[in-house]
Amino acid sequence: MERLLKFLYEYRAFFTFLSLELFCVWMVIENNQYQSTTYFNTSNSIAASIISTSQNIREYFSLTDINNDLAVENSVLKKKLDQRNQLLYSIELNNLKDAAIINRFDYVSAKVINNSTQYYKNFVTINRGTNHGIQAGMAAISPRGAVGKVKSVSRNYAVLISLLNIDDQVSSQIKRTGHFGTVQWDGGDPLSIDLKFIPRHVKLQVGDTIITSGYNAVFPEGILIGTIKEFRLNEEAQFHTIKVKLSQDFGKLSFVEIVKSNLRQEQDSLEQKTIGEPK
Amino acid sequence: MMRNSILQVVLFFVYILVQVLLLKNLVLFNTAFCFLYVAFILLLPVEMNNMLLMLIGFLFGFTIDIFYNSLGLHAMTLVLVAYLRNYWLATITPQGGYDVGTPPTLAANGLQWFLVYSLPLVFVHHFVLFFGEAASFSRFWFTMLKVITSLLFSATVMLLLQYLSLDRTRR
Repeated sequence: MERLLKFLYEYRAFFTFLSLELFCVWMVIENNQYQSTTYFNTSNSIAASIISTSQNIREYFSLTDINNDLAVENSVLKKKLDQRNQLLYSIELNNLKDAAIINRFDYVSAKVINNSTQYYKNFVTINRGTNHGIQAGMAAISPRGAVGKVKSVSRNYAVLISLLNIDDQVSSQIKRTGHFGTVQWDGGDPLSIDLKFIPRHVKLQVGDTIITSGYNAVFPEGILIGTIKEFRLNEEAQFHTIKVKLSQDFGKLSFVEIVKSNLRQEQDSLEQKTIGEPK
Repeated sequence: MMRNSILQVVLFFVYILVQVLLLKNLVLFNTAFCFLYVAFILLLPVEMNNMLLMLIGFLFGFTIDIFYNSLGLHAMTLVLVAYLRNYWLATITPQGGYDVGTPPTLAANGLQWFLVYSLPLVFVHHFVLFFGEAASFSRFWFTMLKVITSLLFSATVMLLLQYLSLDRTRR
C-alpha cells in the first residue's frame, strides 16, 4: 500500500495530466451531442453580454448592408403579400376556417451577436432565449435562406448550429425534379455546401434550386438553401457529387428568424407512436 | 514575487480579452488563425510547478472554450502544452541555466533559443486543436494547411510582441 501511494505520488503530475485530459475529452464528446443543454458556451449570459457589446460596435460598420438587406426583404414580402391577397380573392379562400393550420408557424426575429465561418464546427449566437419562447431544436432562417437549428438556450441567448458545421445534416430537395437528398458541409469553402445522395439517373442542371424538404424534422418545407454550382458523376459512383452555392452568405449574417412550429409536437408524437423513436 | 503573481493574474484576463474580442475575428485566407494565448502558458516563470501549470492551462482553455463554443477542446490542448512545457524546458536548458524567477523570454535567452522553445509547443497545440476539432483525419491535408498557416501567424505575432517588450526592457 505504501509503495502504491509512493508510486502515485511520484507520478502525480502525470496522473493529474491524465485525469484532466480525460475530463476534457469527455466534455468534447458531450458537447458534440445535438441539443446539449450545456451552460458553458456563448449562450452563457456573461460571455454573451461581452460578445454582444463588441458586436454592437462592429455593427456600425455594416449598417448600410443591413439596411439594404432589410429593404429588399421588405419589398419582396410586400409583393408576395399582394400576390397572395389576389390569389385568395380569386379562389374565394378569404374565410379559411382552420386557425391551427393558418397559425402553424410563428416567427421570432433575433439579432446575430456571434458568428464564425472558418472552423469545422461553426455556431451562431443570437440574442433571444427561453424568455422569448425559443427552445432547442427549432429552425433558424434568414431572408436569404436556411441558417441552422437551435442547439442550446439560456434565458436571453441561444446558440445555433450553423449549416456550416460538418456534423449538421439537413434533408433537402431539388425543387425542379422533386428528388430528395441531404446537404452537409465539407469544412472547406464557406460559400458552398455538398448535396448528397442524389441517385445517378437524375438529370441535373447547373442553377437548379435546392430547398429544404418536408421530411425534415427541423425546417419548414421549401426554405431556400442554394443553387447547384457544379456537379460530377464519377464512373462507378451511385450518387452525384454536387456542390451547391449557398444563397445565404454566412459571413454577412446579421438578423435571423427562429421558426416556432406550433403543430410540431403533434406531428412528432404521432410519428413516434407509429414509427418509434426518431433517430 | 507577490507583485509578479498579481501581474500574471492581470495578464490572464488581458490575454483572454484580446483573444476573444480581437484575434477571434482575425482570420487570414480562411485558414490562418491566431492563437496568441498559448504565449501566456509559455511565458509563465520557468520553475513553476507542473501541476499548477496544468491547472492554469485548464482554467484558461476552459474560459476560451466558452467563447469559442467548443467546450473542452482548448482546455485539452492547453493542458497538454502545459504538461509538455517543463519537460521541454529541461531538455533545452541553455548553458548557463535559467535565471531564477524570470519567464523564459526572447530577451533572456535569445532568438534562436526562443524559436526552438516556442515553435514545437505551438505546433503541438495547433495540431491537436485542429485535428481535435475535425475529429478525424479525413480532411488531413486541409487541416494540415490550417495548422501550418496558423503556426506561422501565431508565431509571428508572438515574436513581434516579444520584440516590443524587448525594446521596453532595454530602455
